[in-house]
Amino acid sequence: MQSQNYDAIVVGSGISGGWAAKELTEKGLQVLLLERGKNIEHIKDYVNATKAPWDYPHRGRRTKAMELAYPVLKRDYPLNETNVDYWVDERESPYTEVKRFDWYRGYHVGGRSLMWGRQSYRWSDFDFEANAKDGIAIDWPIRYADIAPWYDYVERHAGISGSVEGMPQLPDGQFQPAMPLNCGEELIAGRLKQHFDGRRRIIPGRTANLTRPLPGRSQCQYRNACWLGCPFGGYFSTQSSTLPAAMATGRLTLKPFAIVTEVLYDKNKKRATGVRVLDAVTNQTTDYTAKVVFLCASTLNSTWLLLRSATDVWPGGLGSSSDALGRNLMDHHFRAGASGTINGLDDKYYYGRRPTGFYIPRYRNLFGDKREYLRGFGYQGGASRSGWSRAVAELGVGAAFKDAAAQPGSWSIGGTAFGEMLPNPANRVTIDTNKKDKWGLPVLAIDCATGENERLMRKDMMNDMAEMLDAAGVKDVRTYDNGYWPGMGIHEMGTARMGRDPKTSVLNAHNQVWDAPNVFVTDGSCMASTACPNPSLTYMALTARAADFAVSELKRRNI
Amino acid sequence: MSETPQSSPPVPLSVSERGNTIDRREAIRRVTALLGGVALAGGGTLFSAVERAHARAATVRQVGTFTAQDIALLDEVADTILPETKTPGAKAAHTGAFMALMVTDTYDERQQGIFRDGMQRLNDAAFMAATPAQRLAKLEQLDREQKTYTDTRAQGAPPHYFRQMKELALLGYFTSEIGCTQAMRYRETPGRFDPCVPYTPGETQWAGHA
Repeated sequence: MQSQNYDAIVVGSGISGGWAAKELTEKGLQVLLLERGKNIEHIKDYVNATKAPWDYPHRGRRTKAMELAYPVLKRDYPLNETNVDYWVDERESPYTEVKRFDWYRGYHVGGRSLMWGRQSYRWSDFDFEANAKDGIAIDWPIRYADIAPWYDYVERHAGISGSVEGMPQLPDGQFQPAMPLNCGEELIAGRLKQHFDGRRRIIPGRTANLTRPLPGRSQCQYRNACWLGCPFGGYFSTQSSTLPAAMATGRLTLKPFAIVTEVLYDKNKKRATGVRVLDAVTNQTTDYTAKVVFLCASTLNSTWLLLRSATDVWPGGLGSSSDALGRNLMDHHFRAGASGTINGLDDKYYYGRRPTGFYIPRYRNLFGDKREYLRGFGYQGGASRSGWSRAVAELGVGAAFKDAAAQPGSWSIGGTAFGEMLPNPANRVTIDTNKKDKWGLPVLAIDCATGENERLMRKDMMNDMAEMLDAAGVKDVRTYDNGYWPGMGIHEMGTARMGRDPKTSVLNAHNQVWDAPNVFVTDGSCMASTACPNPSLTYMALTARAADFAVSELKRRNI
Repeated sequence: MSETPQSSPPVPLSVSERGNTIDRREAIRRVTALLGGVALAGGGTLFSAVERAHARAATVRQVGTFTAQDIALLDEVADTILPETKTPGAKAAHTGAFMALMVTDTYDERQQGIFRDGMQRLNDAAFMAATPAQRLAKLEQLDREQKTYTDTRAQGAPPHYFRQMKELALLGYFTSEIGCTQAMRYRETPGRFDPCVPYTPGETQWAGHA
């Protein structure tokens, strides 16, 4: 019979949960890692990883049947034939949209670490100080100096490739060699640097894809099929990186199909005692006990769990004494930018499918720039030669048309902005007791919208890219704002924020729940603001930092 | 091409290597060597995916409500748009059956009606009985018609059937094994990234991943 008592329980096996499991086991704890979905074994279960385009009946495209089965996922690019099985079954796990909120979830071992975009950027003190300086929401309880050594630590193990740029708003890290810009990007980057005096700069995307092997993992093979799962271990995922390390300690117990329904709380000891687990297959309920509990179930699900726990003490749930729990839901707003055609370079091409592009770090509201909105945005983009699909819109049929379509076309370049979204306490999640999931559990109701700051910022997000492309001699520049609804960025953050004061925050500077010091929440729910760079690397660093603190507190018998 | 011995270091595949099957075997061999054999179990499924694809490509039969005759018509339409040149044409890549599948599985009722109506028009014009030159002339005329219509149509207006056919023919052909590996160049596992290489006009594009 499986033991029901552990040193630590980690809820969720995605980017944050994988790191928690690795750090806690490596520091000597017996750890139970709980995952609500099925197991996906590294390499063996990446069933589509080496399929060719023609191996898919619909060549990767979505079908009507898929759209029927995935009414949320179909709203944007993630729904396609190649990795549809990695996304949550929406019929089993519904939620309530008070306002439209696109919630893209992966319920399996590894979570969204299998499908993530892998862009990995450090945040800076421009980000950690922003709330305090602007008088927005609450101050972050940490500064860059607190997290910098933990960025160093997680970058070395995860393997982040990138270039050293010396830009204070996007600190350099422990990088493997960058995946270089291609000739089109290099040309435009050079012109941009001249024109904007280095303030607006195109740099290689910093990505959790290896350019040098790490133990048990090969360097990236430039297949650009990451989100199928990589048989080379070429990108960071729970499966490729943190889970093998945790397993190697001999102290990890991984339990899939384990839906945690509640954190168990002892009001006399003022400590959590463990968690209650509903077996997703048998519907059996089991209580597991531990000295410390890490919630890494993803932003909204960690908060769902807190909202449901210790309600005999706090009707609003564990961590709700400040009324901050469930509030200030955020995301990165995007889908605005510009693209155009690069004249020339007809005698240049590239080889290999690079799984990243370029990045333009934030420049707005920095270094003396002042806009009518707060904060800023960064661009992700790329240049490439067009492929056969351009021929659909071109006039022609027959032999010459076919042979021309088989050749690469002209160079184009474009970038999409990812903007910071301000915290707003009205953007919140609650439990909807009227709607139940497949297991009879009440679901989350999500009520979230962007505001005036985002609306103003989007104009710059669209027009600045056009301005930069024009300045760099790019032709036929077209701007776009394809509209954005919260959640589409798949960067959900907030709802259990860190802070300096238990009266206004859910977690302290070490991701400890103020009301239950042996409960740590280290996924995106802990964020007090979103910055504009992608958040996952910061979840990794915060998790490793919190795990180190938790173990030292255990040793000191403080928790 | 011979397999390199197991003891060789994992070097990138050279650009001159041809044939996706070897690519996969090589890819699996390398990852197996790297991880000390743990990939072997997965290897079996990887190989069988190739074999399944080959088996599927061998026959043309009914697809949804599309008969073998319907598929033959679509094959000829696609093959007129994308004929055999120094590389095989769309019919050899079984593009007609793919078009029928996509219409069945991805088109809504209105789109299906337009597509079906277009097939009827081609049958009424005795497309199958026409000579290759007549077929080309007919599709050139339809192509001008659809382009003028598509470039000026109002938002929400129905698509032109020949635009549908052209789009599906291009998609079907250029994502087929023949399209990827013969009309274009395909490397499942490029092994490296060269950000800037010389390009000589006439060279084909690199096919992407699905």
